[in-house]
Amino acid sequence: MTQTDPPFTATMFQRRRVPGWAVNGALLGLVVVLWFIGKAFDKNLDPYYLDLLLHIGIAIILAVSLNLINGITGQFSLGHAGFMAVGAYVGGVILKHAAPQGAAVPVMFLGLMILGGLAAAAAGVLVGVPTLRLRGDYLAIATLGFGEIITVVLNQIESIGSYEVGGSAGLHNIPITTNFFWTFLAALICVVVVARLVYSQKGRPFFAVREDEIAAAAMGVDTTFYKVAAFVVGAFFAGVAGVLSATLSGNLDPAAFGFVRSIEIVMMVVLGGSGSITGSILAAAVLTLLPEWLRALESWRLVIYALLLILMMLLRPEGLLGNRELWWTRRRLLAVER
Amino acid sequence: MPLLEISHLGIDFGGLRALSDFHFTLDQGELVGLIGPNGAGKTTVFNIVTGVYQPDAGDVRLAGKSIVGLKPFRINRLGVARTFQNVRLFGGLSVLDNVLIGFNQSVAHGFVGTLLRSHAHQIEEHLHEQQAIELLGTFDLLDRLHDPARTLAYGPQRRLEIARALATRPKILLLDEPAAGMNPQEKIDLMNLIAMIRRKFSVGLWLIEHDMKLVMSICQRITVLDHGETIAVGSPAEIQENPKVIEAYLGSPEPA
Repeated sequence: MTQTDPPFTATMFQRRRVPGWAVNGALLGLVVVLWFIGKAFDKNLDPYYLDLLLHIGIAIILAVSLNLINGITGQFSLGHAGFMAVGAYVGGVILKHAAPQGAAVPVMFLGLMILGGLAAAAAGVLVGVPTLRLRGDYLAIATLGFGEIITVVLNQIESIGSYEVGGSAGLHNIPITTNFFWTFLAALICVVVVARLVYSQKGRPFFAVREDEIAAAAMGVDTTFYKVAAFVVGAFFAGVAGVLSATLSGNLDPAAFGFVRSIEIVMMVVLGGSGSITGSILAAAVLTLLPEWLRALESWRLVIYALLLILMMLLRPEGLLGNRELWWTRRRLLAVER
Repeated sequence: MPLLEISHLGIDFGGLRALSDFHFTLDQGELVGLIGPNGAGKTTVFNIVTGVYQPDAGDVRLAGKSIVGLKPFRINRLGVARTFQNVRLFGGLSVLDNVLIGFNQSVAHGFVGTLLRSHAHQIEEHLHEQQAIELLGTFDLLDRLHDPARTLAYGPQRRLEIARALATRPKILLLDEPAAGMNPQEKIDLMNLIAMIRRKFSVGLWLIEHDMKLVMSICQRITVLDHGETIAVGSPAEIQENPKVIEAYLGSPEPA
């Protein structure tokens, strides 16, 4: 405080702002573009590549939603596949029971995505509230337990009333209703919601909870609310991803939602950079494509895959983007010349 | 009615009396010190006032209303902000974001407005950003706006922590050993800074500090704690003369 003339003054900082309606309009435009791309892809693209694209879209939703819980709010969860399973089974069981026809398909599918998301969000509350007292390793183990309970329960249920669930044999021949447009619309909404949420005054406390809970509370942050909110929003989108994945292959197997699936999603978050939304998107794409690229190596595939991950963590332990975003330079307030 | 009124406050830690029958008042614009040897219970008082610990006896009243039993975030929202003995910044977040989080409770629009980037949202974001920059300018931190808080030197970290606490718009600011670990020049800067906070922000300041020169030269009143007991209350001159205080700090003159 002793310098005579500070090098910067408050009036030197300005930000050029884009009005909200312009950004919202552009996003709506992007939805229309997605619809046309979807139309073209569904007709002309090789089914193998289309399938790969849809898997990437689902992986993006899973990674970004887990990033909100693990990377941004700092609540290490290993139960994301459990939330996904809740959504997948809600969607799959209802579709199998009553397959819609014609014009009812998109309406019902949209409704099911929301319903699957809400069911998973309810599970998010169930997991979020009791685990509030747990931190670090203990939270990880508790959420892992939740994920395992979900798969065990799904293994046991053959049917609920006249609704077939399938038990350990799995649920098969679910009508395939997903497509490029639905998957990437859901991914777009997930990314926009999470990004807008956390990069705002309303959502900045998510980061504060990760950094220092005691200091956050001393700054008036309701840490309980933000922790549960992270679980609820994260679980909601995991549920949506579940509905999409159930209707992508048409088959559901409880074993597919176990511990390994959760770890795969955690890997995407860590590889992309914990706390970086664009990093999660990037890593979701890379980790979905990598096993495909390595197919030529045949039985060496898994070894090379694992080695690449180890190398990556050795060379860049903070992940691809660290805690930065691709658009970071635009978000900065820069001092303008006097 | 004083802004902050503490009466008969006491707390035990597993049978150990950490604080007993503590009385205190603080009004807006006052600057009051709390001193005592290590382990006297000074930070314990701050932790009770801010809701981190629950007292076993007594009451803490803010503008006449008891705040005992409220959660720390509620107490902050009622107007009590603090800094920590061992700086607790949001280390991975930028200097600007640290202060912006301090403003979080002033946000008037809801989550829907945030998600839709409504007009109210944009106006408030802009307002808070400007206020944060102004505050950081006051604390001479503008040159490091986008750097992670943990990369700052010790002195600036202390300043940022005070700026962040002031962003919550407190009526009372508790400073827990702000001069700890500072060199003599930084201590002089800190004294000027505290004087400036008193002038510019209408807060009551309550200060825990080990540096006697600093406490004696800026505080109006001082409370001295030793083993959880209040051994002296008075002006700096009175405290310096008080034999009990001298004994607590230097030991008894006769061999026990």
